[in-house]
Amino acid sequence: MQVPILKQRHYLIASIQGALTDADLLRLCDDLLEQVGKFRSQGVVIDVTVLDVMDSFATRTLRSISQMLKLRGAGTVIVGIQPDVAFAMIQLGLRLEGAVTALDLEEGIAFLDKGKKEGQRTWPVSST
Amino acid sequence: MASEQHIAIASDADIVVARQATRALTVELGFSSSDQAGVATAVSEIARNIVEYAQSGEIVIRVALNGGHRGIVVVARDTGPGIDDVEIAMGDGYTTGRGLGLGLPGARRLMDEFDIVSKVGKGTTVTMKKWVR
Ligand SMILES: Nc1ncnc2c1ncn2[C@@H]1O[C@H](COP(=O)(O)OP(=O)(O)OP(=O)(O)O)[C@@H](O)[C@H]1O
Ligand SMILES: [Mg+2]
Repeated sequence: MQVPILKQRHYLIASIQGALTDADLLRLCDDLLEQVGKFRSQGVVIDVTVLDVMDSFATRTLRSISQMLKLRGAGTVIVGIQPDVAFAMIQLGLRLEGAVTALDLEEGIAFLDKGKKEGQRTWPVSST
Repeated sequence: MASEQHIAIASDADIVVARQATRALTVELGFSSSDQAGVATAVSEIARNIVEYAQSGEIVIRVALNGGHRGIVVVARDTGPGIDDVEIAMGDGYTTGRGLGLGLPGARRLMDEFDIVSKVGKGTTVTMKKWVR
């Protein structure tokens, strides 16, 4: 299932709509890299609210997406990780180190706005 | 409740199928939502190992009964290359691929019972159980 990417002001919002295969996740990565360049976006929010599992591959891919986008000058915030999913991730031994997370879309955008206002040239690498 | 489901595993799409079938069975069995996520995550890791290291195999899920307790049994089988030293492979951070080496030890932490039998050149079988609390 392809992840729709919406352009909102100088940000891109990728809202995951259902279960994703590994190939879907890699495609999301390619699409975001391409669109960040095309629209000169300054930030990306990836909404994972509907994901009921985030295994090692998904976590690793989201982390590399945020690192690659950072090299392209855009901040990334991952929003909507469900409590049960977070619990399973921790038990598995996964950390989203190097990626910024926020509770929901609104907070994710607020985070990007804040970074912009403060004129940060480098986005915070970690929220922990 | 279907007594046993066999899911052929050969591609990343099959990993999603295995995860969803597992999730459905844990819901039926009345697992807490956090255990539902945990079991589905463990299955995802074990299924991905099949695709990554053995190319193909199968996952069987069924209801486990033990006295008054109910749970889920997951058996993952492949006839791939097998694992040379299972004890080392079960350690956090051990990988021969590009992963984090968390799949096997993580799945063990997420489940109540975990057993792995592997023979080089013959294949690998992982059996895991989780009981409804
Ligand atoms: N079904 C299998 N067949 C053959 N070898 C396997 C199988 N499952 C695991 N292994 C071996 O055990 C190692 C550890 O597996 P584990 O799932 O813990 O980590 P990983 O797959 O390397 O990384 P991650 O799961 O974190 O992405 C693998 O690197 C691989 O060498
Ligand atoms: Mg693995």
